Amino acid sequence: MAVSVQPVFERPKVLKTTATHYCAGCHHGIVHRLVAEAIDHFGVQDRTIGIGSVGCSVLLYEYFDIDVVEAPHGRAPAVGTGVKRVHPDSVVFTYQGDGDLAAIGTAEIIHAANRGELMTVIFLNNTTYGMTGGQMAPTTLPGQVTTTSPYGRDVKVEGYPIRMAELIAMLGGTGFSARVAVDTPQRVLEAGKTIRKAFGMQIEKQGFAFVEVLGACPTNWGMSALEANARVSGEMMGYFPLGVYKDITVSA
Amino acid sequence: MKKIVIDEEFCKGCGLCAEACPKKLLSVGKKLNKQGYPLVEISDEDQDKCVSCALCARVCPDVAIRVYRQKKAQ
Repeated sequence: MAVSVQPVFERPKVLKTTATHYCAGCHHGIVHRLVAEAIDHFGVQDRTIGIGSVGCSVLLYEYFDIDVVEAPHGRAPAVGTGVKRVHPDSVVFTYQGDGDLAAIGTAEIIHAANRGELMTVIFLNNTTYGMTGGQMAPTTLPGQVTTTSPYGRDVKVEGYPIRMAELIAMLGGTGFSARVAVDTPQRVLEAGKTIRKAFGMQIEKQGFAFVEVLGACPTNWGMSALEANARVSGEMMGYFPLGVYKDITVSA
Repeated sequence: MKKIVIDEEFCKGCGLCAEACPKKLLSVGKKLNKQGYPLVEISDEDQDKCVSCALCARVCPDVAIRVYRQKKAQ
């Protein structure tokens, strides 16, 4: 009997064949792949424009075979607004971390969502500033030790972690807001579907779509890759519950 | 036939694939790649036991795993 070899899983076309600079066990790579698969799925590589942010994901243009505009720190949604309004037929997404989106860029993301700009925002929340060496971020969990909160985050002094997916869902202009994780194969599949949905909403001109992804940062958490992966469900999901917080395409 | 192909220059030996494998066929070995990361390995014997579920590839942060399966012609 003749036997043929069939591929089950291969690299998405949009993802360049380049080794990433991310640390071993960092979840950025998985999220990059899911975004690339979404672009492949809709066949919009030639009209997709990514907006790079500042943080570990700053080298977005090295890894995606699409056009990328590098935005000043936190301003990716503002740059994305400009790109989308000038090129309404393009597919625009921003890719931001929690230092970029939830700290310096809070104003930009809230107003872009509130205006209902037709773009997709991918937000990777790893509860720390990764690129600069593990300082406390707005999303750092209460009691979490970082280089700038060596005794643990004290909510009386430093306030509470911001739940961005819920915050964005409250705004009138938002079309879709969800929080996903990529720590198990099942959750990776669900995250892939959610990111595809967020791109689909833009392509169908349905509204602003926001996806928060809980990610691990083994290096700055001072953990092994497996310990950091386990922390995502062990510690983060208690404070950052997964789910879809707003979806205007589904009637209540 | 190799069902699991590991790209040695991409693998960083984080071990997430080894944990995800339902049959525990993958392990982080001692061989290092050019970047100095230990590589994930699978023996030829275990290649035969692999069911091509691709869970390892889906959790790999470096897209270092390609998965194939045998298809019997009708």
